[in-house]
Amino acid sequence: MVPDHQVMSEDEVKTLLARYSITFEQLPKIYHDDAAVKQINGKVGDVIQIVRQSQTAGIAEAYRLVIRRPKK
Amino acid sequence: MPSPKRIGKIKFGLLSPKEIRTMSVRKIIWADTYDDDGFPYPQGLMDLALGVIDPGLRCKTCDQKAADCPGHFGHIELAKPVIHVGYTRLIRKLLRVTCRACGRLLLSPDEIQKVSITAEDEFGGDVLTEKDIKKERACPHCGELQLKVNFEKPTTFSEVLLEDGKKIEHKLTPADIRARLERIPDSDLRLLGINPDVARPEWTILTVLPVPPVTMRPSIILENGQRSEDDLTHKLVDIIRINQRFKENQDAGAPQLIIEDLWELLQYHVTTYLDNEVAGCPPARHRSGRPLKTLSQRLKGKDGRFRGSLSGKRVNFSARTVISPNPNLSVTEVGVPLSIAIEMTVPIRVTAHNIEEMRELVLRGPERKSLKVPCGANYVIRPDNRRLRLGGDNLETIAEQIEPGYTVERQLRDGDIVLFNRQPSLHRMSIMAHRIKVMDGKTFRLNPAVCPPYNADFDGDEMNLHVPQTEEARAEAAILIAVQENILSPRFGGPIIGGIHDHISGIFMLTHDLRWFTKSEILYLLKYFEFEHLPEPGKVEEDGTPFWSNKQVFSIILPTGLNMVFRASSCVNCDECKDEGCERDAFVRIIDGQLQTGTIDKKSIGAFDGAILNRIIRQYGMERASHFIDDMTRLSIRGIMIDGFSFGIDDEDLSRTEYGQIEDELSKAEDDVDRRIRIFQEGQLEPMPGRTPEETLEMQIMQVLGKARDRTGEIAGRHLGLGNSAVLMAVSGARGSMLNLTQMAGCIGQQSVRGERIMRGYEERTLPHYRRGDRGADAHGFIKHSYKGGLSPTEFFFHAIGGREGLVDTAVRTSQSGYLQRRLINALQDLKVEYDGTVRTTMGRIIQYQYGEDGTDPMKGAFGDPVDVKGIVESILKVEV
Ligand SMILES: [Mg+2]
Ligand SMILES: [Zn+2]
Ligand SMILES: [Zn+2]
Ligand SMILES: [Zn+2]
Repeated sequence: MVPDHQVMSEDEVKTLLARYSITFEQLPKIYHDDAAVKQINGKVGDVIQIVRQSQTAGIAEAYRLVIRRPKK
Repeated sequence: MPSPKRIGKIKFGLLSPKEIRTMSVRKIIWADTYDDDGFPYPQGLMDLALGVIDPGLRCKTCDQKAADCPGHFGHIELAKPVIHVGYTRLIRKLLRVTCRACGRLLLSPDEIQKVSITAEDEFGGDVLTEKDIKKERACPHCGELQLKVNFEKPTTFSEVLLEDGKKIEHKLTPADIRARLERIPDSDLRLLGINPDVARPEWTILTVLPVPPVTMRPSIILENGQRSEDDLTHKLVDIIRINQRFKENQDAGAPQLIIEDLWELLQYHVTTYLDNEVAGCPPARHRSGRPLKTLSQRLKGKDGRFRGSLSGKRVNFSARTVISPNPNLSVTEVGVPLSIAIEMTVPIRVTAHNIEEMRELVLRGPERKSLKVPCGANYVIRPDNRRLRLGGDNLETIAEQIEPGYTVERQLRDGDIVLFNRQPSLHRMSIMAHRIKVMDGKTFRLNPAVCPPYNADFDGDEMNLHVPQTEEARAEAAILIAVQENILSPRFGGPIIGGIHDHISGIFMLTHDLRWFTKSEILYLLKYFEFEHLPEPGKVEEDGTPFWSNKQVFSIILPTGLNMVFRASSCVNCDECKDEGCERDAFVRIIDGQLQTGTIDKKSIGAFDGAILNRIIRQYGMERASHFIDDMTRLSIRGIMIDGFSFGIDDEDLSRTEYGQIEDELSKAEDDVDRRIRIFQEGQLEPMPGRTPEETLEMQIMQVLGKARDRTGEIAGRHLGLGNSAVLMAVSGARGSMLNLTQMAGCIGQQSVRGERIMRGYEERTLPHYRRGDRGADAHGFIKHSYKGGLSPTEFFFHAIGGREGLVDTAVRTSQSGYLQRRLINALQDLKVEYDGTVRTTMGRIIQYQYGEDGTDPMKGAFGDPVDVKGIVESILKVEV
């Protein structure tokens, strides 16, 4: 049920940012206390690769930057 | 162009009394506005230092004239402080979390550490809330006993004292509150998420009131020469009057009671000045009884500054009128009344190449007596941007005058591209570009086939029309927004434009089974079409008269080379399809643009379905498809006119046999229901798994009655064949269903509320007409009569109950979905698919790494699949797969 989450290495992140020519800030976000992030021990500032089954594309990849959940 | 800047942060603060006095150019003390000579009173609400609105006068502050002076603030010194309604929640919070004696936060340093870890947290914000303060009675700093603070809308605060075991409320005056807020130290405010440098809490209690410039509350002069002041001015007058009286009473040492009353009155006026729609506060009214539009009302809501003046505004070069149908227009056209075409213009730049034509336009001027007269021009714009209105005697002179560099504003003429729109604009097909056709009459005319995307009908609907004013806008309209570019809906990837109602009935009647037409008949059908030869006649009688089949007639509007095999709407999904042999003629086979078998109906040409239309778009393109729609609408309307088509009350008549059968069927069902009720009452009813016996009985009754209703429909359907208009419309998919016909001719059936039989009403019964505990069919909303036959009074009542639920549902749904739509649009409006296939915000933030995860345009796919494999194979093999 839960799609595959993996913490990306620094090199992978570098190529990812270069591929889309974006900065860290422009990545989609995920909270540090998300169950899937906790499971793979992701830390604030890590980039997580999510591979999920897609109805339209078969397999779709997404990448999210881990951030702290703001209080309240 | 400057590069876009990123907003780092936004700081919100309060105006301090000091700031208000600094920015003020004048202390206002008089409630009067103008003297008898119409001159503003010094230190009155219209003081010349606050800016000027009357032409001719000069501002005393900036010495500029009416148009140039931006206006300047003044101020009113309030006799006593009053609460600002906008901050009552903040005030309540602060009163509850701080000490009533020393003003410190009601937390010890240890507790503060626990609740808020980092005061300088990146996310800042409200770190401490009311909930973080325990219901503690003593201050940890000075030991003072705390009292409960009550707040009553709109602006009353009070402390609860316990005296002799009784609770006594002691009112806090704004001055008391202000004194308490003043005592809160800066360091404690930061913990509460307040920056004391820009927002000291005591500033939420007003001691001085800014008076807005006259430029934002101008007075208007009525026709009778009287001045009428702005609502804000009226309110300020009230405030100054009460303030004045308050001061006088105070100085005269009036009794406390009077002072309190005046204080409350001042509070009321200041409150309604800021917001005239506060809960618990009667709105201030004009003499006429109309509530005043004060500060908050200027900003809030649909017509407020944000939604009404900034996000959306009125536009020029637009027209609005009622719409009416015209099937002879192309779907890409719109009929525009002459009176509108004369008024609206397109600017044309004069060049060396068109100067002669422009001269003619100018010579013709703004008059245009009839449709046959070519268009003229209304204005000429000189290179120095001066506008010259054409008319009367100046036509020749101006025609002489123009040369390259001038602009002529030409009237609309046939072929001009315009944007056509119907609200609510819920999807992009709500605005499409049409070519205009100037027509008689006073309504916009459109082909009924474009009604579905606009969701328009002709029961009085009005639509808007906009004339693009630049070449770029016209190009964009023609290439992107044109009707033929929007036949496919991006919502489901199928055609949204297509035949409706009579188009479908007509084409069904034309193409159903086999019919033969004589030469004069076929020419009547086809006289408006462009084709070079009639096809070879399908049949020649012995005497030599040629005949053409109805399928041949339809084939004329099909493109050659079209191959399709599918089943029409009228197909009933027999267990084993007889293909070409189908007795309903529902198996459609088109080979090389020739309709061989089958009936054309909703499935083939209807809006939202349009199988043939869809194939034409994919195979021959949008242009051909829009031609096909034009041809189809014209052919179907002529087709329906051969026999004529109507529906009347006697179309619902059945014969005596059917009425007898229906009667039998219904009494059998009622007996069955009674039998089941008896079984239930004897306790013999076997409940279904997970249901009580009552629920089981209810379900059984619903089922029995539902079946009985359907059976009456079948009986009626057996009698009424395709010769009946309602049946024809239901079968072809034009309008209505067999259920509608069942209810008209057979039996209306069970009325329900929330999917159950009607149960509400009196004790154990729905109406006093029934015995208590009666579970019979008629006691709970079963209507055994038909609409034609007429309802009994009790049935009519149950029908009204069931009908009301439907109305409420639609009303609730539309309002909810409208708000949801607004929120979605606000959230998504700036997203864009970039060239690399990503979906991003304007700041380049990624929303999707591939549009829709597969990067596929739904309009280019086939109803959700990327490629219509089945259709392609079928068109090549020419058989159904
Ligand atoms: Mg309507
Ligand atoms: Zn000025
Ligand atoms: Zn204290
Ligand atoms: Zn069949």
